[in-house]
Amino acid sequence: MSAQQIPASVDPQVQPAIQMVDVHKWYGDFHVLRDINLNVRRGERIVICGPSGSGKSTMIRCINRLEEHQKGRIIVDGVELLDDLKRIDEVRRDVGMVFQHFNLFPHLTILENCTLAPIWVKKMPKREAEEVAMHYLTRVKIPEQANKYPGQLSGGQQQRVAIARSLCMSPKIMLFDEPTSALDPEMVKEVLDTMVGLAEEGMTMLCVTHEMGFARQVADRVIFMDYGQIVEMNTPDEFFRNPQHERTRLFLSQILH
Amino acid sequence: MSTAVDMPRFVRAKQVEALPPPNLARGPIAWVRQNLFSGPFNTILTLVVFYLLYVSVPPLLKFLIIDAVWTGSDRAACRADTGGSESGACWAFIWDKLNYFIYGSYTISERWRVNIFFALLAIGVVWLLWLRAPRRDLGAVYFFWIFPIVSYILLTGGNASFSGRFWAGFAILGALVIALFAFFAALLKTAMRPALIMAGAIVAVIGITLALIDVDFGLAHVPTSLWGGILVTLLVATVGIVVSLPFGILLALGRRSRLPIVRMASVIFIEFVRGVPLITVLIMANTMLPLFLPGDMTVDRLLRPLIGTALFASAYMAEVVRGGLQAMPKGQYEGAMSLGLNYPQMMTLIILPQALRIVIPGIVNTFIGLFKDTSLVAIVGIFDLVKTIEASRIDPNWAAPTIGITGYAFAALFYFIFCFGMSRYSLGVERRLAAGQKR
Repeated sequence: MSAQQIPASVDPQVQPAIQMVDVHKWYGDFHVLRDINLNVRRGERIVICGPSGSGKSTMIRCINRLEEHQKGRIIVDGVELLDDLKRIDEVRRDVGMVFQHFNLFPHLTILENCTLAPIWVKKMPKREAEEVAMHYLTRVKIPEQANKYPGQLSGGQQQRVAIARSLCMSPKIMLFDEPTSALDPEMVKEVLDTMVGLAEEGMTMLCVTHEMGFARQVADRVIFMDYGQIVEMNTPDEFFRNPQHERTRLFLSQILH
Repeated sequence: MSTAVDMPRFVRAKQVEALPPPNLARGPIAWVRQNLFSGPFNTILTLVVFYLLYVSVPPLLKFLIIDAVWTGSDRAACRADTGGSESGACWAFIWDKLNYFIYGSYTISERWRVNIFFALLAIGVVWLLWLRAPRRDLGAVYFFWIFPIVSYILLTGGNASFSGRFWAGFAILGALVIALFAFFAALLKTAMRPALIMAGAIVAVIGITLALIDVDFGLAHVPTSLWGGILVTLLVATVGIVVSLPFGILLALGRRSRLPIVRMASVIFIEFVRGVPLITVLIMANTMLPLFLPGDMTVDRLLRPLIGTALFASAYMAEVVRGGLQAMPKGQYEGAMSLGLNYPQMMTLIILPQALRIVIPGIVNTFIGLFKDTSLVAIVGIFDLVKTIEASRIDPNWAAPTIGITGYAFAALFYFIFCFGMSRYSLGVERRLAAGQKR
């Protein structure tokens, strides 16, 4: 299952959005990612699930180098992640990330949260950045909150702001790290709706989540991870109807009541 | 509608409207009863405090104001044997010596320059501290660059007359700085152009500064040995505060750096400076600094303790700032990094504004400590306010029993006004910053 074939000569037209080749990572002595091989095509939506501590967050955090891998290669949009700080910033510019705890900047207003990176990283004029920000805030349906501070918003609203903040950088790839796990049940849907909308527009998405309804609805592939390895990967249909690996079956029986 | 607790089923039929809170009895008597005499222990405490106030405040007011001597030109006014009053403070003495307390022995005909310095300082402080002042970015340029240059020229007279050799040395040093920045940019694999621009800007700013100091404006030279009083106290405190905050931030960042050499250097500096008393630092700066420098180079007598106090305060500031950095959740770093912000952007835009806000009480505490510690420069022979009072106290013209107490009361009042001002200002800032972000 693990070894996916990497084409020897890479045609730029069909070059994958993300290539992970034989990636390993250790936290001290703990082998947290083992033999990760994954190609993500442009426009592909991938949902990653698995028990806690299985390395799924670590894996997607390696893609924008919030975590460093120690072995193997990660190539994001044609740029290999090495120690070169400048290229890492380049990759981060093109890869948006949404966190479990939002990580909005509490000392800035919603609008400032959204315009900060376009102004400072992309050197966009302030007025233009504000227009872009309002466009995306409208899209996530909270333009009227633009001048409030994050602490004044509900969890679901904050997470939608976080999504808008990432979108303001017009990323090519979006990473979601358990975006709905910290939300009250009533707010999960508004965030998922936003993500579905994004998926329908053809954004390349990697999403760590246990929202299986979301996986069924939008995912092209579902990945199940355990013990730092990719245990099973399949289309959502097959994955839920006919899981192959014993560990997958056990996991699904635990979460689908 | 009341709800019985043992009802097996319940469906609300009517929404309960929001009502105003019940009107609690509020009046001066209710307040006194609730806050001062709410129980036997509280009542005893209240009575004890009232008694202490009764014992201490009236005599103090009597001494400082009611019985005080306000006019007089020499000791006669404050001595009982010459018909004066000895039971109150001798403010006539302060009034007579006020110029000495403010300027020290600064050349009398040039004291207008000190007054301009005070005015410029006040403008800079208000511009920076008044949060709604216009163009505070320009205010920062003024306060951290223009104001120091102008003050230096005003107070010393400028016209440093650097030699050609000095300028050659500066050119070499400037080139070295630019090369060093380029080297580090290459080492860290960051963009070369901003590094070069930054290095060039630093060299240019220093160069312009030196050139301005070099110009002869026709002002008479006033050696620092003549400076004294409030001028020196404010100067040492301002330089200490202005240097210690940025330098302390750099040290705190250095201490958390991943580069071992930077981290080690910061830790050694902080721990060494914090590990010795300020007096030691001052004496070392005064007597040992000249030993380390080449023979023909001298450091000004006032500059030595100035550097000493600034470095001392920086070490304390570094630890305060580090506390704030420590309190920042990891998610803020990750949020900033995931947007593609580089390290300086992340620090200046996201982390430091929040971290510094957390430690405003600690920062102001350090400032207040520094402000009062400036009186220690007297140890190395600098005539700050306290030292000028000490010197005036033994003036035979003013030999009277209440002179010493009056002098120290004046010093206490001066320090209290500034320290209390800082404290209140910081409280205001905290409240203002917290208001916007709280629910």
